[in-house]
Amino acid sequence: MSNRLIVSLSPHVHSGDSIQKNMYGVCIALVPALVASLYFFGLGAAVVMLTSVASCVIFEWVIAKFILRRPRTTIMDGSAILTGVLLGFNLPSNLPLWIIIIGALVAIGIGKMTFGGLGQNPFNPALVGRVFLLISFPAQMTTWPVSGSVEYLDAQTGATPLYLMKWAIQSGDVSVLKDMPSSLEMIIGQHGGSLGEVSAILLLIGCLFMIVRKIITWHIPVSILGTVAIISGVLHLVNPIYSDPISVLCSGGLMLGACFMATDYVTSPMVPKGQIIYGVAIGALTVIIRNWGSYPEGMSFAILIMNAFTPLINTYCKPRRFGEVIRKEAKK
Amino acid sequence: MNVILIAVIVLGVVGLVSALVLFLASKKFAVWEDPRIKQVSDFLPQANCGGCGYPGCSGFASACVKAAEGGSLSDLNCAPGGQAVMEQIAGILGLQASAAAPKVAVVRCQGTCDVRPHGVEFDGAHSCKVQNMTGMGETLCQYGCLGEGDCASVCLFGAITVNPATRIAEVDESKCTGCGACAKTCPRGIIELIPQGPKNRKVVVLCNNKDKGALATKECKVSCIGCGKCVKVCEKFEAITLGTNLAHIDPDKCKMCRKCEEACPRGAIKAFNFPPRKPKAEVPAAEAPKPTPKLEVVKETVQSEAPPTNKVETTKE
Amino acid sequence: MKTFRIGGVHPAENKLSAGSPIREAALPKQAVFSMFQHIGAPAKPVVKKGDVVKVGTLLGEAGGFVSAPIYSSVSGKVSKVDVALDASDTRRMAVYVDVEGDEWEESIDRSDALVRLEDRPDLDAKTIVEKIKQAGIVGMGGATFPCHVKLCPPPGEKAECVIINAVECEPYLTADHSLMLEKADEILVGVALIMKAVGVERGYIGIENNKPDAIALMQEKVKAYPRIEVVPLKVQYPQGGEKQLIDAVIARQVPAPPAIPISVGAVVQNVGTAFAIYEAVMKNKPLISRIITVTGKSVKNPSNLLARLGTPFSQLIEECGGLPADTGKIIGGGPMMGKALISLDIPMTKGSSGLLIMNEKEARRAEPEPCIRCAKCVGACPMGLEPYLLAKISSQNMWDEAEKECIVSCIECGSCAFICPSHRPLLDNIRLGKSTVMGIIRERVAKK
Repeated sequence: MSNRLIVSLSPHVHSGDSIQKNMYGVCIALVPALVASLYFFGLGAAVVMLTSVASCVIFEWVIAKFILRRPRTTIMDGSAILTGVLLGFNLPSNLPLWIIIIGALVAIGIGKMTFGGLGQNPFNPALVGRVFLLISFPAQMTTWPVSGSVEYLDAQTGATPLYLMKWAIQSGDVSVLKDMPSSLEMIIGQHGGSLGEVSAILLLIGCLFMIVRKIITWHIPVSILGTVAIISGVLHLVNPIYSDPISVLCSGGLMLGACFMATDYVTSPMVPKGQIIYGVAIGALTVIIRNWGSYPEGMSFAILIMNAFTPLINTYCKPRRFGEVIRKEAKK
Repeated sequence: MNVILIAVIVLGVVGLVSALVLFLASKKFAVWEDPRIKQVSDFLPQANCGGCGYPGCSGFASACVKAAEGGSLSDLNCAPGGQAVMEQIAGILGLQASAAAPKVAVVRCQGTCDVRPHGVEFDGAHSCKVQNMTGMGETLCQYGCLGEGDCASVCLFGAITVNPATRIAEVDESKCTGCGACAKTCPRGIIELIPQGPKNRKVVVLCNNKDKGALATKECKVSCIGCGKCVKVCEKFEAITLGTNLAHIDPDKCKMCRKCEEACPRGAIKAFNFPPRKPKAEVPAAEAPKPTPKLEVVKETVQSEAPPTNKVETTKE
Repeated sequence: MKTFRIGGVHPAENKLSAGSPIREAALPKQAVFSMFQHIGAPAKPVVKKGDVVKVGTLLGEAGGFVSAPIYSSVSGKVSKVDVALDASDTRRMAVYVDVEGDEWEESIDRSDALVRLEDRPDLDAKTIVEKIKQAGIVGMGGATFPCHVKLCPPPGEKAECVIINAVECEPYLTADHSLMLEKADEILVGVALIMKAVGVERGYIGIENNKPDAIALMQEKVKAYPRIEVVPLKVQYPQGGEKQLIDAVIARQVPAPPAIPISVGAVVQNVGTAFAIYEAVMKNKPLISRIITVTGKSVKNPSNLLARLGTPFSQLIEECGGLPADTGKIIGGGPMMGKALISLDIPMTKGSSGLLIMNEKEARRAEPEPCIRCAKCVGACPMGLEPYLLAKISSQNMWDEAEKECIVSCIECGSCAFICPSHRPLLDNIRLGKSTVMGIIRERVAKK
C-alpha cells in the first residue's frame, strides 16, 4: 500500500455528475437558439452576448476574490457564464455596452453574490439584471431591432408581436393583429424581440435536450406552457382581440422563460408537486400581466414573483413518502 | 392644489386609523410578564449558551423567577456568569445564592499525531460525530479525540479550538465559562467539566482509553493503561479510582500533591497551572527547566522512557 | 418490467466477477469469530482458552431472542477470548481459534446429495424455525438480522407471501448470482422450507434483469414448484432494499416505521439465506461459511469465494491475486452501502457479502460544493424524502424538524449522495440525524 487507507461512510461511488456538467449542459442546450439569434440579429447579438458573458464572469471573479475574499473562486463552475448567457438572451441586440455591463453588475452583484453566491440566491440573477434594466432604461430596453437587421447600434427597430398584441387589447381593435407574423414565422423566430427569445422551436429543442439529459424534469416547462396555452386559448375563443395560443406561446420571453429561466435550480421548488404549482402560477401571472398589466411582457415579473414564493412552496409541498398511500387506504 | 390636499387627507386618515388599530391591538393583546424576569435577564451574560439547560438567557431568567416562588435557586446556575451573577440574581429575588464551584472544561486526550499515529484517513463531512460513526476514526484508539472540532463549533466563547498541529481540541481556560456545551456535543465524551480548583490548579487523567493495557499501549503512547500506580500513591486521599482500565481523579478529594503525575509511567496524568518542579538530580542539566518568566511553557522530564511520551507541559501564570 | 415506484438511481454495474465459478477458499491459520455478527444482542462466548473445537462446534450462544448463536467454522484450539477488530471497525468480543486439521462435527451431513422437501415429511413449521434458530442463520444480504425472528410474525400479523431477494442491486457484487447458477435446486428447497415455516402459499424470487442466465435457470427449475414464481425486475438501485422489493413484486408499500414488512403480509429473505436454511434444515449444517465476492477494478482475479467465517480478509485477497499496490480503500460489502475497513486483518462475518478494493483515485470523494438545489436527491430518494433538507437540518442539530420530515424512514441506501452534483456528503449527515432522532424516540418510548 502506497498510502494510508481512506475510510468514509457509504456510498463509496458517485454518479460522476457535477455542477459544471449541469451548467454547461444548459449552455449547450442554449446553443441552437444562440446560433439563430446570431443569424437573425448578426453583429448586435454577438456583441451583446459577449459583453454580457464576459462582464458576468469578471464581476463574479472580482466580487468573490476581493470583496468576499473566498479562497477559491467559482467562475469555472459555469454558473456565471450561464447567467451571462441568459442575461444576454433577454436583451435587445442594439443595447449600448454600458447598459449591458450595469445589467451584469446587478445580476451578479445584487442578484447572486449578495446572498452568498451559488445556491443561495432567492431570485434568478439573470432576471434580476433584466428587470433592473427594464425599469431603469425603459426606452432602450423596449426598442427591439426587427429580425434580419444585423447591425449593432443603428439596427432597424420595429414593433414586436407582443406590442401588437397589447395594442389590440388596449384599443379593442382586432385589425391590429393583421400585422402579426404568421404562426410559422413566430415558431421559427422571424420577428422582433430580445435576441434569444425569438426562435421558439430552437428553445424547445434545447429544453428537450435538457430533459433527456436529466438536467431538468418536465414539470416546470410543461406546466407553464400548458397553463398559458389553456388560458390564452379560452380568452381567444371568448374574444378574438386576445391573440391565439400559438402566437402567445411563441412571442416574447415565454418560451425562454419557461424552459430556461423558471427551471433555474436554485430558485425553483424542489418537489414535483411544488414545481407544478409554481409553473401554473407563473403561467397564469404571465397571461394576466400581458393582457391586463401595463407592460407588454410579464414573464420576467411572473418568474420573480414565484421565486419569492419558492421557499413557501418548499415548506408546504412534500414529496409522496414511501408507504403513505397504504396508510391513507388503511385509514379509510 | 386640490389633488395635493386630497392626497394629504387620505394619507393622514390612513395613518390615523392604522395608529388607532395598532394602539388598540397592543392593549388588547398585551401579555403580562413578571417585571423581575426583565431585571434578572439584564444581569445575565446574554450569551444564550444553553449551559443552564434552558432555552437561552430569557428562558433561564423566567426559570429563576419561577424557582424563586418555590423559595430556592439551588438547581439553577449560570455557568458563564458565575457566582457573581447568581448572587445578583438572588439579590433581586430576595434569596440566597447557592455556592456553585465554577467549572472549566478539560479535553481528556493527549493523543497528538506523534504519539497516536493516524493509520487511516477519514474522507467525509467534517464532523466528529460523523467520523465517529465510521467506528474507529482515523487512529487506532476508539476513545480519543477525533479532532474535527464539533466542540469548537458549539463553543460560544471561542474557548475551545482544535490545534491544527496536534489535531487535538484545546481549552483556553481564561475564556471557558464551564457552560458544558462542548462536553454535551463530544460524541466520545472526552470533555469533562471539573472545578476550576484553587489558583486554577488541577490534576487530571488526560486519557479516555478503556482498552486493556497491552492494547492501550499499542494504540497510543500516552494512554492510561489502568496499571493502578496512581491509585497506590494516592492511598491516603483515595481521590483516584480505577474504572474500566482507566484511572479517574475525583477533583473534590484531590489534594494537588502531584504524586500521581510523577507515578504515572505513561505520562497520562497532567497537572495544570502548577509552578515548575525543582529539577531532579538525575535529570541532565540541558533539560532542566530554567526559572520561568511569565507565561512561558516549560518542558520538564519526569521519568525516562520514550522521549516524547514523558514530557509534561506546565504553564505558569 | 416490474420495479419500485419512487426514486432510484442506476450506478455503473461493474459486475467484474459475474460468471466466475465459486471457488473454495483455503482454510485460514487462525480464525477469529466476532460475537457481533448479527443485529441484536451479541452472542455469549461458551468456550474458553485451550478448548478444542471442531467445525460446527458452538462458540457463542444467542444472547437473547433477537440474536444468533455462533459456530466454529474450523477445527483447532481456542487460543483466546478477547476483543478483536471486526467488520464494524471497532474492537469487540471475539473468539480466536488456531486451526489444526479440518475435523467436522459428526452430526453434519457433508454429502452433496439433494434432499427434497418431500423426502422429509417429518418437518413441520415449528421444527424448521427451531432448526434455523439453532443454526445461527441471519440475513445474508448484509443486514444480518436474525432469520428466525422474521419467520415468527408478531401476534396479529399474518404472512401472505415469501419474497426471496435475489436482486443483488449493489454494483460489483455477484455472490448471490453465482450461488443461483450453481445451487439453484438447493435454493428452491430452501424457499419451500421458508414458505412452510411461515405457512404461506405464494413465493416470489425477485431477480434483477442484469442476470439473464440466472433468471432463465431459475425459471426452468421453478417449474417443479407451482407455488413459486420468478419475477424479473428492472435494473435499478435500490431494488434489493426490503421495502423497495416488496413494492416492486407485490405492489404494496410498507408504511413508515415502526411498521415492518409483515404489516403488508410479506416475509423477505435473501437468496443466500434460503441456501443456508436448506443446509441447516436438510444437512444439519450451521452457518459456518458463505459466498463472498472479492472484486475491484485493480484486483487481478475478481472471484466468488466460498469461505469459512472467521477467515481474515487479507487471506481472501491473496487468493484473488494479492492486494494491488495503489489500494486506497477497502470496502466490506458493496460500494453503495458497504463499510470502509481500516485494516485487512478483519475477519469475515455472516454478513460479508463482498470485499471491494478501490484504488486511491476511485476512493477519494470530490470536494463538496454548495447545494445548488437541483432537487436530484429528492428525485432519487426511494423513500420519498428530501435528502437535501434532512442533511441540512441534521447538521444544524434540528432534531424535532428532522423527525417531522420522517428522517427515520431513511434506509441509508446512498442514492442521494450518489446523485448529488455538488458531491455533498448528504448521507453522512442524514445518518447522524437518523441515529440521533432514533435515540430521542427510544428515550421517549422508554419514559412512557
